[in-house]
Amino acid sequence: MKIFLALIARDLTLAIRQGGGVGMALGFFLAVMVLLPLGIGPDLKLLQRIAPGALWITLLLSVLLSADRIFQPDDDDGSLELFSLGLMPMELVALAKAIAHWITTGLPLAIAAPALGVLLNLDSSLFLPLLAAMGLGSMALSLLATIGAAVTVGLKRGGLILSLLILPLYVPVLIFGVAATAGQNAMPGVFGSSLLILLAIALACLVLAPAASAALLRAHMK
Amino acid sequence: MRLIADKIDCERGGRRVFSDLSFTLGSGEGLLLTGANGSGKTSLLRLIAGLGDPAGGTFSIDGMDDDLAIGQRSHYVAHRNALKTALSVEENLAFWAKFMGASDVAAGIERGLGLFNLDHLASYSAGLLSQGQARRLALSRLELVARPIWLLDEPSVGLDEASCKQLAAAMNSHMDKGGLLIATTHTGLGVSFTKTIDMSEGA
Amino acid sequence: MQKYANPTRFYALSGKVLPWLAAATLLAFAVGLYLALVKAPQDYQQGETVRIMFVHVPAAWMAMFCYSTIALASAIGLVWRHPLADVAAKCAAPIGASFTFLALVTGSLWGKPMWGTWWVWDARLTSVFVLFLLYLGYMAIWQAIEEPLRAARVAAIVALVGFVNVPIIKFSVDWWNSLHQPASVLRMDGPAIHMDLLAPLLVMGLAYTLLFFTLHLIAIRSEITRRRIRVIELAEVQG
Repeated sequence: MKIFLALIARDLTLAIRQGGGVGMALGFFLAVMVLLPLGIGPDLKLLQRIAPGALWITLLLSVLLSADRIFQPDDDDGSLELFSLGLMPMELVALAKAIAHWITTGLPLAIAAPALGVLLNLDSSLFLPLLAAMGLGSMALSLLATIGAAVTVGLKRGGLILSLLILPLYVPVLIFGVAATAGQNAMPGVFGSSLLILLAIALACLVLAPAASAALLRAHMK
Repeated sequence: MRLIADKIDCERGGRRVFSDLSFTLGSGEGLLLTGANGSGKTSLLRLIAGLGDPAGGTFSIDGMDDDLAIGQRSHYVAHRNALKTALSVEENLAFWAKFMGASDVAAGIERGLGLFNLDHLASYSAGLLSQGQARRLALSRLELVARPIWLLDEPSVGLDEASCKQLAAAMNSHMDKGGLLIATTHTGLGVSFTKTIDMSEGA
Repeated sequence: MQKYANPTRFYALSGKVLPWLAAATLLAFAVGLYLALVKAPQDYQQGETVRIMFVHVPAAWMAMFCYSTIALASAIGLVWRHPLADVAAKCAAPIGASFTFLALVTGSLWGKPMWGTWWVWDARLTSVFVLFLLYLGYMAIWQAIEEPLRAARVAAIVALVGFVNVPIIKFSVDWWNSLHQPASVLRMDGPAIHMDLLAPLLVMGLAYTLLFFTLHLIAIRSEITRRRIRVIELAEVQG
């Protein structure tokens, strides 16, 4: 457990000192939020209707954007090899990396999402569900992103492959995330259960993603 | 304890790098790997560490009653230094000490910094280090926790004469304490090894 | 000009100027805020909320002014390869981004009583928003490239590309907006504005400008110090 926390703490320190991660993802989030009305038109009613979906898709893309940095720096400087010689199994290494990625990317975006929702005229009664759903959902996204990052670590044009691999896996999170955010009026009855399904997805990812990532990382180092 | 390599075959990219390589290394013994580029020195070290599977043959350890893998008993210092430039010298060592399960992190760091007299640099960012200093910092990991097997890939590259001597002293004292040492070199390390394998011959 | 562009001399000179500049800033703000919050009359339509204008409009001016400063300093840095110009450009960015952010937030606060929602995609706000993104991108470059000289070159080119694009973005956003809603709700440019409102607005504009210069000088001085520390550290570490 100590080792696990030490790895998370190191990644957080690096994220804070090197900047990049959090700021870039937020900036990207903002940029897409500006482009949407420019493409769709400034009609507030229309924007309000698409707000949950737009926020979720932007979240997916922001998480995806930073995914290739999950393992790549550690692979570049040789740290990844040393991880596999540690006392902690690779599964836990992958889990620690996923949690660090979630804390530095998904969570800040989830917290910022209501503020960005204002820009799309999102109903303020949806702020809390949005926050809860995105907090949970982004954890699943970070976990899934580690799988993609483990596949593409060391590949030259990893970024594009990563998108192609991971976006399909994001489909369930997107569907239930939007359902949990769209509010009772839009989809009566599914609101509460969507949040529970989202929780179930996050938990399933918590178990499966580190195992898959660890297997992929081992294969990469052979 | 003894480390036994039994008829190891190594393939890389479909090419046979070496085959039928066997050796036994006991406590306090050192094995030197020499040979031309591409003769498989680094590959052999990686195989021992468990960073890859041999195409044939097995590595084993006897004389130990726990079931740690060879890699988990080993310090492996490769060409890349595994340092983070955004962390200070001390923070780099502290992380690896914790990661390798040191019971007393502070003492480990002190030993690590002492190995190459890096104490005065402890609080500086690792990004400020010269190449030689970074190499010394990477080698300082050897002292963070006690591990019986040292796998060193060209450890002396980039080191000045004084540092080479300190490294040699560390390697000798490791073997005196009963540790196993396997190192590759082009230049000689100033240590008397028990065995030498010229990797060029097997190919 | 070259005489004062030497970092050491600049450091000494700016140290002398700084207290006066800070005092002038405080004075201008005192006068400006008094005029804006106490003296200026209420608007017959907007009531007291019109006073947000005195915080909002100068912030929007400064958003553009700071970006122009960055572009100018970048051009000087590119042509004459002067480190002080690079530092000036770098240090103006966070200040400009803050003014831009202030303009966005106050615009949103103003929008609530005016439009009934916190945010409306009107041409002006949208343009300012895009400007804010340009700031973020510019600052990200400085963070991403460690070597200061290379970072300065790249950031300068990015700033100039952005600067050339600003009018184009502004034009296209205006056009986009006119497509969707013919006239802007708020119009305060041109001579239509009343003298009682214009005077405090101009004083506030002056106060903001002085504030920018004060903060900019402080930022440049700390950046010079930061770089010196790094050089000393390098010398100490590598002997």
